[in-house]
Amino acid sequence: MENSILDVIPEIPVADWMATFIDWLTDNLSWLFDALRDSGDWVMDSMTELLLLIPPVVFIILLTALAFFAGSKKWGLPTFTVLGLLYIYNQGLWEPLMFTITLVIVASLLSIIIGVPLGILMAKSEIANFIITPVLDFMQTMPAFVYLIPAVAFFGIGMVPGVFSAVIFALPPTVRFTNLGIRQVSDEMVEAAQSFGSTGSQQLFKVELPLAKATIMAGINQTVLLALSMVVIASMIGAPGLGERVINALQRAQVGPGFVAGFALVVLAIILDRTLQGFNKD
Amino acid sequence: MATKVEIQNLVKIFGKKEKQALELVKKGHSKEEILEKTGATVGVNQASFKVEEGEIFVIMGLSGSGKSTLVRMLNRLIEPTEGNILIDGENVSQMNKEDLRRVRREKLSMVFQNFGLFPHRTILENTEYGLEVQGVDKETRQKKAEAALDNAGLLPYKDQKPNQLSGGMQQRVGLARALANDPEVLLMDEAFSALDPLIRRDMQDELLEMQETMHKTIIFITHDLNESLRIGDRIAIMKDGEVVQVGTGEEILTNPANDYVERFVEDVDRSKVLTAENIMIRPQTLRASKQGPRVAAQQMKAEGLSSMLVIDDNHQLKGYVTDKDVLSAVKSNIRNFDNILRTDIPKVSKDTLIGDLYDIIYDSDTPVAVVDENNRLEGIVIRSLVIGALAKEREEESNNGE
Ligand SMILES: Nc1ncnc2c1ncn2[C@@H]1O[C@H](COP(=O)(O)OP(=O)(O)O)[C@@H](O)[C@H]1O
Ligand SMILES: [Mg+2]
Repeated sequence: MENSILDVIPEIPVADWMATFIDWLTDNLSWLFDALRDSGDWVMDSMTELLLLIPPVVFIILLTALAFFAGSKKWGLPTFTVLGLLYIYNQGLWEPLMFTITLVIVASLLSIIIGVPLGILMAKSEIANFIITPVLDFMQTMPAFVYLIPAVAFFGIGMVPGVFSAVIFALPPTVRFTNLGIRQVSDEMVEAAQSFGSTGSQQLFKVELPLAKATIMAGINQTVLLALSMVVIASMIGAPGLGERVINALQRAQVGPGFVAGFALVVLAIILDRTLQGFNKD
Repeated sequence: MATKVEIQNLVKIFGKKEKQALELVKKGHSKEEILEKTGATVGVNQASFKVEEGEIFVIMGLSGSGKSTLVRMLNRLIEPTEGNILIDGENVSQMNKEDLRRVRREKLSMVFQNFGLFPHRTILENTEYGLEVQGVDKETRQKKAEAALDNAGLLPYKDQKPNQLSGGMQQRVGLARALANDPEVLLMDEAFSALDPLIRRDMQDELLEMQETMHKTIIFITHDLNESLRIGDRIAIMKDGEVVQVGTGEEILTNPANDYVERFVEDVDRSKVLTAENIMIRPQTLRASKQGPRVAAQQMKAEGLSSMLVIDDNHQLKGYVTDKDVLSAVKSNIRNFDNILRTDIPKVSKDTLIGDLYDIIYDSDTPVAVVDENNRLEGIVIRSLVIGALAKEREEESNNGE
């Protein structure tokens, strides 16, 4: 390469800095990360075991009933649910399915527990809004794989780093939609609440959150689907489940098994999406 | 009577450069000049007045004159830039949050232009809201809310959601909700402005009727002179954020403080400004698809009418039938209006001036129908109403001439 005037500036060691920072974190906080990993592993292992205790027939019936009520008692979604789950069982993917479901549930719950309060904070404080918005932009434009790196650094491999990266990846929609939903509540509603002498939290819980519910739920719906997609990617760092089967097949160039597991993921995604949407409509 | 609410030199400035704008306000610069020099908007400009206990005090002015801003400063939904607000002698503008909340809960209730009902709550839950935030237990607050709804004839709707009710009914709920915690002062910001003219007049009547027994202090905002004159004990007129005149309707009409008020009041030159909309009444109608001569005869007898208007399912005017035709149709056992429907009824739009209406109605045997651009029936005007409206004008002219 030709010498350019730009070469006056020596290469800035951004990569080194980042590595030093992560090293520092792992060195000094390793006790915390270890504790989180051990307790996280224990919780998720037990949860999967519990799910596996439920006889598949019962599980399928329960999920189908849920789909039936979610889909305003039409038959399309429940039929799809029955057939889809039977397919997964038939292909011997029941156990990986339960692992994936566990990971998605835990990652989604954590995202909601963190995301909704963050969204409320953003709606209430312009300063918080100003600071958090670019962070969310950053989180969403980063390629998903990048989150695997700190996850591995902190937690090694397995379920916990998978959930960690999934939460980072899936968090933004819940935060954004909660913020948006609350800001969308009309001035007159807020004035009505205040004019009767509501406290801040009465206004939030009795008026703003109920009115923002549909919007927040749309955000949560996106979060769940993003969590699912990240849980699959996290199989690369050893998260078990359907994604693991896909990755295995990929590494051995086995088209058949890869398709079978991939299709199971599509089935799960559709059931999750439609059921959540259905509940949101009521 | 005691003074219930008093404001002293109340100022609200929107935008940056608040201080600079405030100085200009005090030097007597106009809203326009201040906007030009500082970019700040003067919402309310050194407003002062007293509202007596038990009166209906109307604040009137064109759109943008600062009425909403002023009324929202009374309960501090908008923070005043400067000035005092005294309610029962207590200075609301200086209160801390807790005291302010107490005043909002116990003394002031607000009724909103677009009703301000919570769409996710039932009518009853809406009505309970004020008591609920005060921590009143469920049983007591339900009882009180039900009593407030019952008073307004709304109890049958208590389990419905607001969007299931018409605009007029929703605002009745808005009013019942405001009254449920028995406030001393009602703040009503263009509370009836979003309603159809006929319903609006019903609501004005209901408010006056209610006031006869309740004796609340009511601060009522409107941009409509007729509404002010109808319900206001006293009227304050606002322009560009300033209160330019306060007085009874009579005082303001006979003695306008300046050109602005005078121009407002010109409305009262009735034949020139009163329109069909202002004097029309709700007609008794027949629906051609559902009702026939027998129903018509029955209703005409009950109401003592000699003719009735016939409409279709879209509320479009088809014509009218007379009592004689209806009776003969009943005798010959005819089931519909097809053969006896008359269409020679004069139609006008609701903007028609009363002066013009007079000529039309003078040589018409039927009432005049008021229809919109799609021929939908909005009301009827009968001769006695036109004459009544014109007669009032003559009276005023002769009074002014003295
Ligand atoms: N939140 C606001 N920010 C800036 N200007 C405002 C705001 N609210 C009202 N104004 C301005 O204040 C003036 C008075 O408005 P308002 O009180 O709503 O008038 P009205 O109720 O009489 O129509 C108008 O010029 C309006 O543009
Ligand atoms: Mg207004």
